[in-house]
This record gives sequence, structure tokens and C-alpha cells, in this order.
Amino acid sequence: MARVLLQVPATARRGEVIEIRALIQHPMETGFRPDASGVVAPRDIIRRFACTWDGETVFSAELHPAIAANPYLSFTALATASGTLEFAWTGDNGFAQTETRRVTVAE
Amino acid sequence: MRRAAALLLLLVAAPARAEERRSGFADMAPATRAMQQDDMANPGMLWVLEGGALWQRPAGAAARSCADCHGDAAASMRGVAARYPAMDPGEGRAVDLAGRIALCQARHQGAEPAPRESQAALALAAYVAHQSRGMPIAPPADAGMDAVRAEGQALYRARRGQLDLSCAQCHDDNAGRRLAGSVIPQGHPTGYPLYRLEWQALGSLQRRLRGCMTGVRAAPPAYGAADLIAIEAYLMARAAGMPLETPAVRP
Repeated sequence: MARVLLQVPATARRGEVIEIRALIQHPMETGFRPDASGVVAPRDIIRRFACTWDGETVFSAELHPAIAANPYLSFTALATASGTLEFAWTGDNGFAQTETRRVTVAE
Repeated sequence: MRRAAALLLLLVAAPARAEERRSGFADMAPATRAMQQDDMANPGMLWVLEGGALWQRPAGAAARSCADCHGDAAASMRGVAARYPAMDPGEGRAVDLAGRIALCQARHQGAEPAPRESQAALALAAYVAHQSRGMPIAPPADAGMDAVRAEGQALYRARRGQLDLSCAQCHDDNAGRRLAGSVIPQGHPTGYPLYRLEWQALGSLQRRLRGCMTGVRAAPPAYGAADLIAIEAYLMARAAGMPLETPAVRP
């Protein structure tokens, strides 16, 4: 399990735009780098990130080899109703990680 | 905010000499400084998290965790990193923080210590050093360490490699000037282990020292070598009173 730093507000007002930040531990090996012995290390990157709010996608991104290790993503979402946010990272070599956070939306 | 206030207080309280000394933090781009100061954006915090998990995990023949002896690291490890390297009475030599953790793993957990520069070793060192963030570097007054520091100072001033350069020629004589596009830092080890953007990972001071030595085309000593620990001891004495930043971010 990769370590994850997630910043999601626990509460929000209805109609508020909340900022969500996600940082995950991953080497993002490009597949172009030779090691000390000249052998090119195979690609090992996160391909896709998606954030859903009670099943509805609020943000998603495709990641590519030029993205730095430990990718950091920051985005906003409109708080309409209380719900569970699910964060999913998927990538090469069967990499799959999911985190959930609960956001309570008050009137 | 409170951390910023504490940092400010330390800067004010430190001796006048400290004002001439600059952490590499001061020379970084605003975006990199913001990355270090925000625990949610600082990738070094991922290793601190990992270290926190390792701290609780029983290991070795004794099936004991770090926490079983040391309890809450926030209390027991506070200020520890600011005092290393220090003499180890059992070994009769100077050890750095990573070396101390490895000795503890071997002696008290009956475990095979994680190899230097491995994820586990870096994570534990980062977790322990993080507990001293904001505290002034306080090298121990100890006759044995004085000898090690003197040796470190001699190594710091010794020309080495095909470029025939000493550490002092860049980091004392030309600090603040530029080597190609980069500002030459004064070389204060205030934030190790730190997340270096060039490495795309967390690394130790020894990795940094070895990198510099390779840069002047000298053969670097192996990880854990007495020479590297002596240089670290000298650098920590040179940076005495400056606040620790672990995990720092550097370009």
C-alpha cells in the first residue's frame, strides 16, 4: 500500500467550492531511464486518477511518463449534498489504490 | 502558523553569527519553499507517515516495536536528531542518527537493521528527525566528538578528486554565488533526510555528500563510513543553533 496524503474538508456549506488535494507515494518510473548497468527500467507509472462523489465523477486525470514521482493533484468540487468521496489511483503492474473520505454538507 | 512563529523566535534567539548563516531553504524558489512548508504538499511527509507505521510495528527476535521501549515519539524523540552524530559508548565510535537506529534494531529488537538508504531506514530516520522540527541544532559537548569534528573539519578542507576541490572552496569561499544556474548553498545540514526534487525521493545527508564527491570526480566513501560521519559531525557543529527542518525539500 502506497502512503497517501489527502486533504479533504470534513464539513462544507451547501454550494461551497471545496479544495481537495491528493499526494500519493509512487516512483513514476518513465520506462526511458537506463540504470547504472545500462538496462532500461520498465515503465511503472500511475495511469489514471479519479475522484467520485457518491459515485459521480467530480475529477479525473490521465497521468503520463513525464509526470514527477509522488504525483500531487489539487482540484475543486462543488459541495451539493453530504456524501462519500472515493479516490482511486490505477496504473502499471496492477497498481490500484482507493481511499475514501466523508464530507458532511450543512445548509 | 505556530511553526512559523516558533521558527521566527528561534531566528531571533539564536546568536548573532546565525544571521550570516543561511539555510538552503532561503535560496529556494517560492514554489519550492511553499512545498516544504505545507505538510499536505511536502512529499517528505509520505516517508514520515511510513516511519510512523514502522515505529509501531514489532520486529526481530524480540518482537518488540520502537514504541514498546520509547513510547510516544513526539515526546521521547523530541530533540534527539538535533544532537546527532554522537558517541556510542558500546561501539566506542561516533554514530549518526541512521546508525543509531540500526544499532537499536540489532541490540534491542534482535532484528537485521534495514540497509542504509533503504526506504525503511530513511522512513524511520525521517520520522525520528521530524520530531525535532523547529528545534535548534545542538551538537553534544564531548571530548570524543571534538576529535571527530576536528577530523571532519580537516576532511571538509581537504582537496579531493580530479577537480582537486575541497568542500570549503565551494560552500565557504563561494557560497551564495552560482554554479551554472544554481545558487551554491552554505551546506548546512538542517533538513535531512530531505526530499530532493532531483532525486524524486527522500535521501540522507550521506547520499548528498557522496553526490558532491562524485561531482568533483573523487571516489566517495561507502555509506556509513567514518569519514562521512565525521563530515556530518563537523557540519552539524557549523550549523549549531539553526532550526531543523526535517523533512526539508530541496531542488
